[in-house]
This record gives sequence, structure tokens and C-alpha cells, in this order.
Amino acid sequence: MAQPLVKKDDDRDDEADYSPFMGIEKGAVLQEARVFNDPQLDARRCSQVITKLLYLLNQGETFTKVEATEVFFSVTKLFQSRDLGLRRMVYLIIKELSPSADEVIIVTSSLMKDMNSKTDMYRANAIRVLCRITDGTLLTQIERYLKQAIVDKNPVVASAALVSGIHLLQTNPEIVKRWSNEVQEAVQSRAALVQFHALALLHQIRQNDRLAVSKLVTSLTRGSVRSPLAQCLLIRYTSQVIRESGNTTQSGDRPFYDFLESCLRHKSEMVIFEAAKAITDLNGVTSRELTPAITVLQLFLSSSKPVLRFAAVRTLNKVAMTHPMAVTNCNIDMESLISDQNRSIATLAITTLLKTGNESSVDRLMKQITNFMSDIADEFKIVVVEAIRSLCLKFPLKYRSLMNFLSNILREEGGFDYKKAIVDSIVILIRDIPDAKESGLLHLCEFIEDCEFTYLSTQILHFLGIEGPKTVDPSKYIRYIYNRVHLENATVRASAVSTLAKFGASVDGLKPRIFVLLRRCLFDSDDEVRDRATLYLNTLGGDIEIDNDVSDFLFGSLDIPLVNLETSLKKYEPSDKAFDINLVPREVKSQPLAEKKAPGKKPTGLGAPPSGPPSTVDSYERQLLSIPEFANFGKLFKSSAPVELTEAETEYAVNVVKHIFDTHVVFQYTCTNTIPEQLLEDVIVIVDASEAEEFSQVISKPLRSLPYDSPGQTFVAFEKPEGLPTTGKFSNILKFIVKEVDPTSGEAEDDGVEDEYQLEDLEVVAADYILKVGVSNFRNAWESMDPDSERVDEYGLGQRGEGLSEAVNTVINILGMQPCEGTEAVPPNSRSHTCLLSGVFIGGVKVLVRLSFGIDSTKDVAMKLAVRSDDVNVSDAIHEIVASG
Amino acid sequence: MSPSKLDLCPSVKNMLLLDSDGRRVAVKYFSDEWATNSAMEAFENLVFSKTQRTNARNEAEIILLENHVVVYKFVQDLHFFVTGGDEENELILSSVLQAFFESVNLLLRGNVDKKEALENLDLILLCIDEIIDGGIVLETDPNVIAGKVASNSVDSGAPLSEQTLSQALATAREHLARSLLK
Repeated sequence: MAQPLVKKDDDRDDEADYSPFMGIEKGAVLQEARVFNDPQLDARRCSQVITKLLYLLNQGETFTKVEATEVFFSVTKLFQSRDLGLRRMVYLIIKELSPSADEVIIVTSSLMKDMNSKTDMYRANAIRVLCRITDGTLLTQIERYLKQAIVDKNPVVASAALVSGIHLLQTNPEIVKRWSNEVQEAVQSRAALVQFHALALLHQIRQNDRLAVSKLVTSLTRGSVRSPLAQCLLIRYTSQVIRESGNTTQSGDRPFYDFLESCLRHKSEMVIFEAAKAITDLNGVTSRELTPAITVLQLFLSSSKPVLRFAAVRTLNKVAMTHPMAVTNCNIDMESLISDQNRSIATLAITTLLKTGNESSVDRLMKQITNFMSDIADEFKIVVVEAIRSLCLKFPLKYRSLMNFLSNILREEGGFDYKKAIVDSIVILIRDIPDAKESGLLHLCEFIEDCEFTYLSTQILHFLGIEGPKTVDPSKYIRYIYNRVHLENATVRASAVSTLAKFGASVDGLKPRIFVLLRRCLFDSDDEVRDRATLYLNTLGGDIEIDNDVSDFLFGSLDIPLVNLETSLKKYEPSDKAFDINLVPREVKSQPLAEKKAPGKKPTGLGAPPSGPPSTVDSYERQLLSIPEFANFGKLFKSSAPVELTEAETEYAVNVVKHIFDTHVVFQYTCTNTIPEQLLEDVIVIVDASEAEEFSQVISKPLRSLPYDSPGQTFVAFEKPEGLPTTGKFSNILKFIVKEVDPTSGEAEDDGVEDEYQLEDLEVVAADYILKVGVSNFRNAWESMDPDSERVDEYGLGQRGEGLSEAVNTVINILGMQPCEGTEAVPPNSRSHTCLLSGVFIGGVKVLVRLSFGIDSTKDVAMKLAVRSDDVNVSDAIHEIVASG
Repeated sequence: MSPSKLDLCPSVKNMLLLDSDGRRVAVKYFSDEWATNSAMEAFENLVFSKTQRTNARNEAEIILLENHVVVYKFVQDLHFFVTGGDEENELILSSVLQAFFESVNLLLRGNVDKKEALENLDLILLCIDEIIDGGIVLETDPNVIAGKVASNSVDSGAPLSEQTLSQALATAREHLARSLLK
């Protein structure tokens, strides 16, 4: 045992805060380090000083270059001592000091001597130290020893060499790759951890050679792996091989699945869990494959170890997102976890239950959650609120109890982010569930009565201004809004004035009363509030009908990108000429790459427009209509998600968004130039529509210049038969002029070269003509439609190895419609399933689809398709789409 | 070197040993996510404040923090933490944590508290060094780890002539003490 580092002071012993390092000071310790230079080394004292130095470094103290060098040089003297303990400390501090290249040379010979020592501990540690501090040139000198060490009979030495190899592979791959024979030998080692380290290194050496990795996995899965850690690695490599091989074999079985499944019966929990996680992560996992993994995870749920419960519930929570039915068996265990001591586990359990719950269990669940909410932190509450929001969208009929729950928690204590999450959720529910509008708005009104967050108050007031006037009895909101003018700070008051004005503009009956209220605001103490009141009184004043300009002013949003407005304003120099907003460019020019948000994420909450189509369509529409050539195309019906036309990491990245209008289709190509030395000019996409006969190109709008790393857009527009779901295939070539850019000055050369770049093909499919629009009660909606519009037919879908869920998803994707009431999820092992879809067809025609699937023992799937819609022709069109899909 | 580059290999981002006020006893970071000492301290404060009120004395506990999974256990006035990535197998991290506090327990001969840990800080630092190397798990058997750390005697292969008299005496004392303890 090491001795106390400072002599104990007897009367200090009672003090609770006693520390041997009390009053330690860098300068003094550096002085003490002089003992390293003593001709007669005192190993114990030297060890103590090194410990003090390490303590200082550990506490965040830094040494100057000079100090570090001095310490390093004196430490090197300590290699003279044969004291094992001291040598260990010397190794440790050399690693911590991370010496520079010229300093490394000083210790190299000492370390190389230790690498060949008879003492295993010296060999192992010297290897680790030397590999940590060395650079490539030295490595060739010691390579021979390292190769020997990898197959050393002492497992500690072998592991040290192998782990060092893993680190060195990052910096000197060509050298480490030469060791693969030795590493291969080490994989067969009887020592558990040596096998683990060897496997990790071998895989990294070969990771770019798919065949070699596949062979490695094949040979090892036959069972010669000893340590649980190595077995976990093997599971990871196996799932990688499965992922890359992609397809199932002809018999419908996934290669290596049996191996993963057998690992579920391993004796180590670590391995069982790794295998269960790997199975749940398989691409397109079937319910049959999932079942054994779910079973072991379910057992873990009732473990006494929190870590195990957490791991299991977190994995099940993830599974519930894609296969809610597979997790329902665990619901009883989950429910008991709601009261788990560990709040992370409880929250995960709740959100899992919310995902897997069915309509009948909602009320009971809400009761349990109410008790739980009061004793968890805000960050967990936000997760729960978000889960409740999606539950409500899934079961719109239950909106009453869920909305009540949200309004209750809105009244309780909570921070800004939590309150914002609740308000966002209520707003989304109001938007998507028409029945919930009135009660939702009233809850929000009550909330702003007592809301301490200015931001939320103003956002809610704005939202009220848009939604309130459309309700049956708009007058009941006025009181809440006008109260704000009395009781709040200036920002909220100004916002309340604007909201009042919106009510005045939209509801004629309320106008005189609004005027009275606005006039009172003229005496407000804040000038913004007074200015707004004056402005609205004048614009809305008089008996004349409120014309379009006024309502545009009140309700319209700015149709100019804010960035452009900002640059124009900055450029503007005060002169006689007034600033003209019409001169601000409307095209979205260059958005820096960093600002690109994850695609496909639906805008949520107050940031998104309160009603109608989601804002991406809105902003696309505004952007397209601001381009004069497209201004007469009419209303934008649908914009597709961006489709990539290039592979990742190519010279030029291009994606396209398909915009569908009634008589036109516009392709919006977003191009990114990833080569810093190039400037592209006159960028245009040449589209060959020979496989899309019914389309004829009308406009092509090139992009004048495309500098490095700032995406730009070019457009091509086609005319198509009005209102029909015309489909076709288009091939694309990117054409442009390349100019070299001087990397130092950033200047482009004057002369450019014309060049072309082949892009992938693009298809316009039937789904592009159908909007995903859900209905809250499918049965009612179905029955309210004309039965004469119904068209029924049966289809054979052939053999489906993955079962019904695959068939259901395929049909949903072909039609591009919104699944209703959670019917897109197929219970595991079911033999039949009904899926309900709803959507709006081009031309604004509502369509409902009822799909009944059945599967027989040979996995042959049959489907009955019933369609009702406002227009019989559309019903027929849906059948045509399915028949040709 | 960041453990994220180690692709599929299980990796540990840091090991922390804090006292009951959240102050450092010994910490080691293996990931360059925390570039400065203040970033490290901020992380330690966060971890400490989020776990402080939980009961991690009997069984190791777990928490998800800013894309990190942290497993932890408290013994007396010492708080042991092991951090891994968001997607790391929680049970692997937990086995590292177990290796950590059990080998410390062996090295401190059951007296696991802050005072004892600081007085034997060299052993704690060596212990961390023996468990993880650059983010990779080196050893998880507490007995093996403690054995490697505690082999603290003078190299027996050294010729006696190279030892000073006082060293020789110290060696003799230690041999005697050990034979008595057996």
C-alpha cells in the first residue's frame, strides 16, 4: 500500500474535509520534482511527487511548455530505478504530459528496453506508452516487437499490443495492416479479452473488404468466441453483414438470423441484450423474427437491476414506434414500471404505453399519468406531452380527455420549454381535429390570463386572431384579449391590439365594439401600442367594405425572404430615393448548408401555420408564385418530399421537389456544388420527357451562378392535361459552365468550359396527385359519402415473404394516402387485416379507401379494395393506380 | 482520438470519480467531445446535479443525458460514473462501472471513501488506466485489475547491487509484512 502523501496532522483528523492535497500549489510541487534528479533515488518519494503532479493535472491545472518540458526531462531520469510501482507512475505521467516529437526521442530507448524486458508488466505498459506518444517514423522501428507482442503468451501484453494497434490504425493504417497474420492468430487466443481486442482490430483492418468481413463472421458464428465482449462485437459485425447483404435468401430466411437468435440464450446478459437490440434493429424485421427478442426484453423489464430495466424499456420504446402491436404483450410489465424509482425508466414506460395503447385504454392510462406527472422533471414531462399529442392524433375521438389533460397540466407549475410544448400540442390538435377547436381555444385563452411568458402570450394572441374569428361565437374571446390590454407588458398589449383588429376586420358584427376598445388603446403609455391602435382604426375605419389590401395587410405574411430584406436594407444608403420593398429579390438564393434542417420533419406548433396544409407547401407556393413565369399556374396542389438525383458525396449534389398544379408540373432542382475550386454558371437541367408523352415542357429557368457550398435552384415546368393524374418518367442531365476558382483569392477565372453531369431519372407517379389528409372518424366519413360512388374490386398481390405488414405498406405507398385510426400497423401473425386510408385527389376531390387483406399459408396475399369519393371517376382512377402499381 | 472513430467497437467516453459535493477526485476523458477543462467541469456538474438525489447505493443506476448514457453508483461519499454514447450497450457500460468500483474497493481494502481514495490516489489513477485504454475496454475483472495495480514491489529481477541499502531494507520489510499477512 502506498503511504499517505502528507504526514497526518493529529488535530486535523476530525475535520471532515481533510485532504492530503490540501493547500497544494503548482510552484511548490514543481520544486519538489527536483528529487527526480537526485543521484540516490528515493522511489517512494518520487512516486508521491508524481501523484501530486497527476493530481494537479487532474484538477484542470495546466503546465506551461517550459514547465512540462522540465518535468518530462527529470521524469526520464527515473527509468534508472527498478521500483515497479514508481515505473508504473512514470508510464502514467509520460502519457499525461503528451510530449512533443523531439522529447519522445529521449525516452524511446528506455521504453524499447522495457518492451523487451522479462517482466510482463513492463512489456505491456511500455507498448501502450510508446504507441500513445509515437509518430509514424518511430513505428517502423518498433513494428517487429509489436508483431511479436500481439502473439505474446501473456494475455496482458497481447492485449496491450492489440489495443495500441486499434489506435494506431487511425494514424498509420498501412503499417498496422501488415500485422493481420499475427492478429488472426490472436483471434484464436484462449484468453477472453485478447480475443476481443484481436477481433476488434481484425475487423477494422478489413472493414472495407465486405467479403472478408462476411467470411470472418461466418467462421466465428460457428462458435469459438469466449468473452461476452467479443460476442457483442460479433453480433454487431453480423448485423452489419446482414444490413449490407440486404436480401433474404430464397427460403425467406434471413442469413445469420439463427445466430442472433441463439445469442438470446447466451449466459451473459450483455450478450442477450446486444442480440435482442440487433434483432429489433434489423431492416424490415418481421413479427416472427421479433417475438423471441421481445420475450427476453420483457423478462428484463422485471429485473432488479435498473440498468437492465432501462436498457429493455428503451429498446421496446423504439420498437413501439414501428411495431406497436409487437410490444403490447409487455404492457402489464410496463404499467408497473410507471412507478419505477428511476424516472427515466418511468418516462420511457409511459411513452411506450402511449404508443401501444388502444382506444379503450386511453382513459385509464391518463389517470395513471396524472399522478406521475407531478413528480418528474420538466424534460421528462415534455417527452410525455409529445407522446400524448401523437396519441391524440391517432385516436381523434379521444380528444376530449386528452385535451383536458393538457389543459390541466398547462395550469400547473412549469418552465418555459414545458409550457411551450403543451401549447404547441394544443395548437396542433386544434389544427388537425376540427371538433377540438372550440375547447382548445378556450383553454389557451384561460392560459394567457395567467401566463408569465411574453413569448407564449404573443404567439397565442396571434393564433387567436387567425382562428378566433372563424368560430361560431367569436365575441366570447374578446374579453380575454382585451384583458391583456389592461394587465400585461407593452409587447403583449401591442399583440393584443393586433388581435382585436383582426376580429374587427373579419367579423362585421363586432366591428363597432372593437372600435370602442381600440380607441381606448390610444391612451396607452407605450407608443407601439398607440401606433398600432391608430393604424388599425384608420385602416379599418369608415363604412367602406374592407378591401383586399387591408386584409392582406392584417393576415398576409411577408412574401419576401427575411434574409433578402435584411441584405437590401443594409445596402440601402439614405438618399432622396425612398427604400422600395418591391426591389427586394424574392428568390431564395443561397441558404448556408448549416441551416438545412432535417428533411421530412413536419413543422409543428406555433411556428407552423395554424390551419390548412403544412407550411412547407405554403412556403413553396409563395416561393413559386413569386417567380413571374409561374405566377399564372394557379394554386399549388402538392409538393413532394425532395428526391435525391445524385449519390451521396458526389461532386454536385442535386435533389428535386415535384410541385403539382392543376395544369402544370414544376420540378424544382436544388443543386449544391461541393468543389471549392469551381464556380458553376448558367446551370440548367435538360429534361428528356420522351417517356412522358403527355407532358410538354413550357419553361426552363436556369440558375445564373452556383458558387461552392451554397445551394441554388433551377426550375423546369411542364404542361399536362388538366386535373388528370398523368404519370411519366423523365431523364435529367445537369448542364453548366465550369470556371476555375483560385483558392487563395477566391476569384473565378474569366473563361469557362461547358460540361454535363448525368443525373438519375425522375418519375411522376400517381401518389403525387393525392394529398395525405386524415379524417377523424372514418366510419362517419365513409357513410356520409354517396354509396353510388363506391367501386370495389379484388387483387392478388402474390407471395409476400415478410407477411401482411409489407403488403399493407406497399399499397399505402403506391396510393400516397393517409392511414387512419392507426390501421397501418398490422398485429403480428395476423391472417387478415383492414386498413383505412383517406386523402384528397387533385381537383380537391375527397377520397376514402377501405383495404381488406388476407394471407394464406403459402404467404399469398389477396386484397379487396373499396373506394368512395366525391367523384366516381376518381374512384375508378384509384383502382387504375393500384392495378398498374 | 475520439471513440466515435472506433466504429462498432464498444467505447467509453469518460470515467469520473467525484465526491459528495460533485468535486473531482479523479477523472479521465477518452473522447475529444470535451475539449476544455471548463467543458469537462460543466459536464461533471450536470451529471452530478441530475443524479445527486437518486439512490444508487445498492444497485448501479442509469440516466440519459445530452446524447450520453451515464451509469453510476455511489459508495459512501464517492460517486462513480461511466459515460458512453447514446447507442452504446448499457450493460457493457455497466460492466465497466462494476469493474471500476469493485477494483477500487479491493485496492482500498473495503474502506471506500473520499479520504482513503485521495490518500491512495496513485492506485485510483492506475486502476482507471488498467480498465480503459483510449476508450477501449482493456479489462473488466476487478481481481485482475487490482492485481495489476497492486504489484507494487521492487522488480525482483533487479540485481541487489543496484539497490541502495534503504531500498533493500524496504524490500525486506515488505516481504516480511506480506508473509505475515498471508
